[in-house]
Amino acid sequence: MGLADFFRNFFQRNGLFLSLFLLAAVGFWVFFLIILPQIFMIDFSFRFNLPPAEMGGPKDVYTISHYKFLVYGSEQSADSYNFIDLSVFLRTIGAAVFVTIFDLAICYPIAYYLAQVAKGGWARLMVLSLIVPFWVNEILRAFAFRIIFGSNGIINEALLALGIIDDPYPFIRDNIALYAGLGYAFVLLMIFPLYNAIESLDKNQIEAARDLGSPWWRIHARIVIPFAKPGISSGCTMVFMLTAGALAAPEILGGPSSLWFTQIIYQWFNTGGNWPRGSAYAIILLSTCIAFVLLMMRVFKVKLGEIAR
Amino acid sequence: MSADVRLENVSIKFGTFVAARDVDLTIAGGEFFSFLGPSGCGKTTILRAVSGFLKPSEGRILIGGQDMAGYGPNRRPTALIFQNLALFPLMTVWENITFALEVKGVGKAERRKKADELLELIALPGQGDKMVGELSGGQRQRVAIARALAAEPKVLLLDEPLSALDLKLRQHMRTELRAIQQRVGITFIYITHDQGEALTMSDHVAVMREGVIEQIGDGTSIYDSPGTSFVASFVGENNLFRGEVSGIEDGMAEVETNVGKLVARLPENAVKPLAVGDDAHIFHRPESLRFARDDERVNRIRAKIVNEEFEGNFWQVYFEVAGSEKVIKMSMVNDGSSSERRVGEIVDLVCDPRLTVALAEGPLAAE
Ligand SMILES: Nc1ncnc2c1ncn2[C@@H]1O[C@H](COP(=O)(O)OP(=O)(O)OP(=O)(O)O)[C@@H](O)[C@H]1O
Ligand SMILES: [Mg+2]
Repeated sequence: MGLADFFRNFFQRNGLFLSLFLLAAVGFWVFFLIILPQIFMIDFSFRFNLPPAEMGGPKDVYTISHYKFLVYGSEQSADSYNFIDLSVFLRTIGAAVFVTIFDLAICYPIAYYLAQVAKGGWARLMVLSLIVPFWVNEILRAFAFRIIFGSNGIINEALLALGIIDDPYPFIRDNIALYAGLGYAFVLLMIFPLYNAIESLDKNQIEAARDLGSPWWRIHARIVIPFAKPGISSGCTMVFMLTAGALAAPEILGGPSSLWFTQIIYQWFNTGGNWPRGSAYAIILLSTCIAFVLLMMRVFKVKLGEIAR
Repeated sequence: MSADVRLENVSIKFGTFVAARDVDLTIAGGEFFSFLGPSGCGKTTILRAVSGFLKPSEGRILIGGQDMAGYGPNRRPTALIFQNLALFPLMTVWENITFALEVKGVGKAERRKKADELLELIALPGQGDKMVGELSGGQRQRVAIARALAAEPKVLLLDEPLSALDLKLRQHMRTELRAIQQRVGITFIYITHDQGEALTMSDHVAVMREGVIEQIGDGTSIYDSPGTSFVASFVGENNLFRGEVSGIEDGMAEVETNVGKLVARLPENAVKPLAVGDDAHIFHRPESLRFARDDERVNRIRAKIVNEEFEGNFWQVYFEVAGSEKVIKMSMVNDGSSSERRVGEIVDLVCDPRLTVALAEGPLAAE
């Protein structure tokens, strides 16, 4: 179908007024809210950090110095590479991968249970108890985690009381509180795609596999997981992207000595007063995340269309 | 290798609803046994109990003499073919077929070989690398059979596997299924609500109504000597008359009906024996209704031809009889005599007493 045909159909189906409105709304959304800001960011990231007076002047030329800065650091420093920023960057990506896998491991059984085992009232109650905590806002939730994981928090108290540990365990310093908080923050984004995918699997297929002698783990490996792959990839993609880009949870729950890469970006924009460098860092984070997701999709043989299903 | 299956007083309840009540029967090793009954009568429920997906609320299920209590579906010598087949859409045909071997840890080369053998058996050679979605309905059907056979079950359970196919294919697959059963020699337990299917394929048929087995027998005894009104009305077509028994003699009953006195046979396996004064149903098959000769007096019925349908080899002729339950029907071979009758004509019919059965009044199958 040609583009002209498409538009003719579109106008016929929706009428002139609605069609124009839809086109304008979608056009506005895509152009002004997605494309334009990103173009500005990209443009920004290739400029020097100049005082407003010099913008547009002779010094305002394109440069890749901000991108180089992440790799090599400042020219004055003794190190040949920007070890601090690079290690934060890699740790952020690594931790995001870890949180994603952790979420998947927790959510898959829950989603499977909701989609294939539980019925009626029970399932609804469980879904509700998953959703309701997210009515509490993100900051409050993060502080609550800080309280329960703190050295006087109930987790430490309980472990001490049970005699499992002798001194409070530094959950915050070791970033365990952070990983738990991040993991929890995006649980729903993992569960729902998984649930959707598994729910549409015909129960008879599971029973057929069992009838043919299959133990439960093989049923999952051969029947359920391959079937749920689009849901798994879409859940993992979302959780990974959002974890790598999270800011509030690392601010509140992160250990004193460990930064999240988004915090560095935030510093450049905010206290550092260097928007071009912040933009460059943000773009590096974004493109690395996209590249990583595409690579994983390649490895696990998932098509982009399946994720959007 | 086949095994006999024994159900000992099996009842299955869902809450307070009884889906199967006191089912007690033995299926001999290597036979083709069918459960026949209307939708919702509990056929699937019984099959699921035999395969191990459901625990009987009461009674025992024995396969090859061994009590199956405590054995899950993956540990029973049965394989189930589902009502919707439940093939694995993300696997190729050959992977589907040999899934049971994969579970047992058989190597790929050997599995491939076994798949080719089974594809040969189900007349789909060389189709192993297709995806299930690329097959036609009948081919998918056969793949499901091969997948079940690959598990080398002693008992194959089939839940209306032909119901999704069109008539032609269904008839073809009936023959095919029967042939496969005879070749592999294992016990087949087949479920259907199609009486033609049950009668053509089975060694024995159990007719069910609302969770209860009404009659077990081979095809001819079910069709010719139904044990209850339900069986008579469910299996095959019938002309039905109601009346009161006025006399019984030599295995024959005389029944006073609205269309006059009718004489009918009392089937030897009737569940409830008839006595003089009882209310009775009289069943007569359309294919044995005839035009009366002048000298025939017994079971002579006067009727008006109201309609006729041409089916090629058969004519279906419909009559109105004053006092009959409904329009009665005659199936007659297309012998070239159609020009001798006209719609609207009043004629005399006769139903042979030996081909007519009288049974105690009871529930009938829904139309
Ligand atoms: N899990 C269940 N819970 C409650 N009732 C059930 C359950 N499974 C079946 N039933 C009921 O048991 C009865 C028998 O069901 P079953 O599936 O055995 O019928 P069937 O003879 O196979 O019918 P069909 O020919 O339509 O497949 C039905 O009334 C059904 O509603
Ligand atoms: Mg059924």
